[in-house]
Amino acid sequence: MAAPVTSPAKSSDGIYAGLGPRLILPTWLVIGCFLALPIGIMLIYSFLTKEFRGGVVWEFSLAAYDQFFFNRGLFGDEAPTLEWTYITIFWRSIWQAALATLLCLLIGFPTAWFIATRDPKTRSVWLFLITIPYWVNLLIRTISMKFLIRDNGPINEFLLAWGVIAEPIHMINTDFAVMLGLFYSYLPFMVLPIYSSVERYDFALSEAAADLYASRWTTLRHVILPVVKPGIIAGCILVFVPSLGAFLAPNLLGGAKNFMIGSLIEEQFKGNAGNWPFGAAASMILLTLVMLVLLLYAREQGKVGVK
Amino acid sequence: MKNRKIDLRYFPGFSPLTWLCLFLLYAPLIIVMVYSFNDSTSITTWGGLSLRWYSEVFYGLEAEKFKTATLNSLVIAVVASVTATLIAVMAATAMVRTGGFRGQSLSFALINLPLMVPEIVTAVATLIFFSTIGFTPGYLTIVIAHIVFCIPFAYLPIAARMQGIDRTYEQAAQDLYATRFEAFRLVLLPLMTPGIISGFLLAFIISLDDFIITNFVKGAGVETLPTAIYGSVRRGIQPNIMAISTLLLLVSIMFVTLSYLVGRSGETPK
Repeated sequence: MAAPVTSPAKSSDGIYAGLGPRLILPTWLVIGCFLALPIGIMLIYSFLTKEFRGGVVWEFSLAAYDQFFFNRGLFGDEAPTLEWTYITIFWRSIWQAALATLLCLLIGFPTAWFIATRDPKTRSVWLFLITIPYWVNLLIRTISMKFLIRDNGPINEFLLAWGVIAEPIHMINTDFAVMLGLFYSYLPFMVLPIYSSVERYDFALSEAAADLYASRWTTLRHVILPVVKPGIIAGCILVFVPSLGAFLAPNLLGGAKNFMIGSLIEEQFKGNAGNWPFGAAASMILLTLVMLVLLLYAREQGKVGVK
Repeated sequence: MKNRKIDLRYFPGFSPLTWLCLFLLYAPLIIVMVYSFNDSTSITTWGGLSLRWYSEVFYGLEAEKFKTATLNSLVIAVVASVTATLIAVMAATAMVRTGGFRGQSLSFALINLPLMVPEIVTAVATLIFFSTIGFTPGYLTIVIAHIVFCIPFAYLPIAARMQGIDRTYEQAAQDLYATRFEAFRLVLLPLMTPGIISGFLLAFIISLDDFIITNFVKGAGVETLPTAIYGSVRRGIQPNIMAISTLLLLVSIMFVTLSYLVGRSGETPK
């Protein structure tokens, strides 16, 4: 845990000493009551019986998880077999998020490296340019992407006009569009952590490698990458985790065939499905996945040793 | 061998990839901006420059709807970000300035909880919670949900700033018989101002930006700008959406630039 650094001299902490619990109380009240507690209630809901058209009946039931993992036939009286519908949706989400993360890494790493090797003044301008799009409304960015890649959108018009293609490329409502949307949504998240680890990289290491006749790319693979690995992992987590539960990109760019976790959950509450316990169960499964990833990350960080 | 000059920082292809990255980030936004000035009822064909879609936004059929939604968004963002900033200042003082207390690392985890839980899960949990305790969805539920996820965004720049301020300033004040509260209000708080402002601005943008959580906890009648835009876009992208997007884009960029400048102008006096 990155607990704040306390100063060496204990006496200098004197001024607000003892006020900690009182000052942190509002945070506990707000986040505790309105996020931690709700997650607990959501866990309970996932074990309740559904009421038709939303809501629950307060009666213990494993139906939600059963529906997620098992198929008991149309009337529920057949021998249970593994239900693939929802596992497939989760698997597709993981796969799409992983592809988007990979693409972000391929573009993000060179960008971060390039920026970190500029002189300090130029660096801050570059960083600022990379961060701006992140602060632009995600819905608007997703709409822009949708507009761009339509069958008769600017990209296709441009390529048609220049004679590169004879037929418009169909991109919207495909897996590719979803991946592109996720990539576009979270690209800045990849650049920033890699940048901060490249910035701390000691170029004496590269010099040493060059003196030992390592080529540029050998140095990159065997010297630089191991050193900046923490930044790369952090960037991958920051892209992968929100991509996994994303709603806007799959919903607006993917269409009905390319369902992902976010849309599946949303449909249980806002859409026609109206099955709250099932939505709660799917959310719990997603939350468990994300927490697993974060735990693995924390363990990895512990191994590397934070300076 | 001595005078071979290789720039070890240079990798062939990295510079074009950086420009590609910048291009990919900005091209969609710029194209939407350009098309928002399109004088044509179809979003596809180019019919020359005009401001007709902007006048459509302000005076057209959907103008009333978007005006109300914008007002809702602004009110919610102001209330949520001011509250979150207050809570974050107190939390940062507790975490950085009190020299440790029981449950500090758990508190740190709690502050960051909204960042770790996927948004859709937060949305579901909040909806279920309000429905269990019998809160009618509406303004209040939106504001509460927004305060929760704004806290970590306000906290980060505030805590970072506070860590950079030397404790000796407040000690000096106390040596001159200032009370704890006076030392806080007259010494620490003024030094904190840039951090507090950037924290507030970030929280404000994050609140303005949110779609999915708002969509879950809003009542039937209340729309914020993102939910209103989403409602329109589901029926296809109309040109007026592009004009609204451009306006919102400019507002966001203005806020971030402001936050950046404020954060830089107040680099800690050493």
